[in-house]
Amino acid sequence: MNIVVAIKHIPSTADDLPIKGNNLDFDSLDFVLNEFDEQSIEQAVLVKEAVGGTVTVIGVDLIGELDGVLHLALAKGADKAIKITANEPGADSHQQAKWLSEAIKGLSPDLIFTGVQASNDIDGQMGPMIAAYLDLPYIGGVSSVEVAGDTATVNKEFAGGVGAKYLVNLPAVIGVQASTKPPRYAPISKVRQMAQTAKIENLEPVGEASAELTFKKMAPPVMTGHAEMLTGSSKEVAAKIVDLLKSKGLV
Amino acid sequence: MAVKFKKTTAIEIEHAVIDGVDISGHWSRMFEQRVIFEYTPELIEKVTDLPDAESFAYCYQCAKCVPVCPVDIVGDYGPRKLYKYAQTGTDLLQSPGLWLCTTCSNCLRVCPKEVNMIKIMPAAREQAILDGNFVPKELQDAFENTAKSGNPLGQPQRKRDAWAQNAGVTVPIIKDLARPVDVLWYVGSYPSYHPRGMDAASAAARIFSALGIDFAILGKEEKDDADTQRLAGEKGLFEMMSEHNIQTFNKYEWKEMVVTGPHELNAFKNEYPKYGFDRPVLHYTTFLARYLDQLKPLLKHEINLKVTYHDPCYLGRHNGEYEAPRKLLQAIPGVELVEMDRNRENGYCCGGGGGGMWMDSYTDKHIKMRLSEKRAMEAASTGVNVLAVACPFEVSRFEDAVKSTGNEHVGVLDILELLDQSMRGKQ
Repeated sequence: MNIVVAIKHIPSTADDLPIKGNNLDFDSLDFVLNEFDEQSIEQAVLVKEAVGGTVTVIGVDLIGELDGVLHLALAKGADKAIKITANEPGADSHQQAKWLSEAIKGLSPDLIFTGVQASNDIDGQMGPMIAAYLDLPYIGGVSSVEVAGDTATVNKEFAGGVGAKYLVNLPAVIGVQASTKPPRYAPISKVRQMAQTAKIENLEPVGEASAELTFKKMAPPVMTGHAEMLTGSSKEVAAKIVDLLKSKGLV
Repeated sequence: MAVKFKKTTAIEIEHAVIDGVDISGHWSRMFEQRVIFEYTPELIEKVTDLPDAESFAYCYQCAKCVPVCPVDIVGDYGPRKLYKYAQTGTDLLQSPGLWLCTTCSNCLRVCPKEVNMIKIMPAAREQAILDGNFVPKELQDAFENTAKSGNPLGQPQRKRDAWAQNAGVTVPIIKDLARPVDVLWYVGSYPSYHPRGMDAASAAARIFSALGIDFAILGKEEKDDADTQRLAGEKGLFEMMSEHNIQTFNKYEWKEMVVTGPHELNAFKNEYPKYGFDRPVLHYTTFLARYLDQLKPLLKHEINLKVTYHDPCYLGRHNGEYEAPRKLLQAIPGVELVEMDRNRENGYCCGGGGGGMWMDSYTDKHIKMRLSEKRAMEAASTGVNVLAVACPFEVSRFEDAVKSTGNEHVGVLDILELLDQSMRGKQ
């Protein structure tokens, strides 16, 4: 089974996001692996462990720092790593999906995984667009995958705790919400070993795509309300709560 | 196990007279072969085959370790038991017991055979991690945060020195000073990011300033020491962090390094030398005790509190510093220092060492109460107002513990905070 995982490197939200002009100030923030891609990498490795095959992880290198993420994926059980060197930190999911699908075409995969969405644009479009460019079926919101022959049985999550089981003909693109088992831990010694020994294939971006969306303005959300903190001793606070409930006509 | 043990034959004599005294009596018939020899050694060898873990086999089941083990006191544990479990079919590398040890070193202190859990546990944990065995999720997060962000809390590197803005004194960054300093102060991750840790860091900055010490910090170049991650089994992560830190430390000229935390002391004093770093490192209590004469006149405000002191495992047992913290506390006017029953060499562990800091919800399932709660109750039973600490792990642990055990009247303060209060008056 030839499995491909398409990943995204996205701005870290661990810190306040700095803004420059009408976009993020990409020079003064860190990039991290999209957390849903941690799930899709794990799911790919689990499928490989169950039915055999190889896992190729591929991503667009936006700021020249994707190697660390690829080494981590290799340490977790991926067999091959490819980066498409774009050096365009603001490249959106439309552009990335185009570049990725052009590169994935040449890999003739049986199964393609993506994270179901990423926290930078939260549009969940990478998987569907890759599927569209490659003319393959797509299913997202997936929380487990079992492969048998040329079909996969997947669980898809819906709102309100409803789940459904689908039979998917392969090849297909699957957007992973959560892997069957939680992502494994990759010991740093293994990651460092990969950093020293692994070869990462380097591709040029191929294909034009436009988001047809332009940023007009980017700004932090305006705070509209504040939580009121009640202070004082526990007795005083309790009295204030009672007053508050009374004033709202609740007691 | 190649050795086959012959069944023992009894030598029974009817009468025995020793030095003219007849000591004849009934023979105690305990000559059956002990069942212990029927056990297989594979699971013990699985541990002893690991580098640095051979002393696991030295255990002769005397059980001196059990009553001093802080985990056994709130649960069912102890190095002796781990050996016994391994004999009777428990694979340490896959058992919850692998994650409970806090590497407090009280067992090693009393062990006649020098079974060294401080070496065994990291080796066994490292192997379990490499084998892909179960690793508590919170611990994984702390590892990943350290690798990604340079600190186990997952806070951004560029905010590492943000606390200094509120210290009220100038906290020089060594890179900006661009000159040699007497003291490089390694602040540490919790004093840099944890709100209560920042309080201690700010207090330290004010004390150093008041003493006129020529100091500087690394600022945004400082990263976690990762010694606790090593003890929790992530040696590769420790090596990566130590390489970075040693390089950073050696970029600058300084005479000695002062650390806020005992774990950092242990890292830089005992572990980093194995990777080529060999410069003087002191815990802040040792360092400030040297300045007692200059410090005392600065301590103008009476505190009037009954205080007990909790010996951090990595300051006391691991690095032998028991007196400096006590001298500092006794220098504060109005402080009455009382001891808990378990103190100094036999100090009880707060549960934060060896990765315990990042496994509380996991270890909770295997113990009756948190170690920090047990200790908070011990502190409260002495009738004190304040539990004084000298390790950045402890303030948050004990503040939670005094609350959860109904002892909120006991305040938890770093010695730095008490000194600062006495210097400036209560703010």
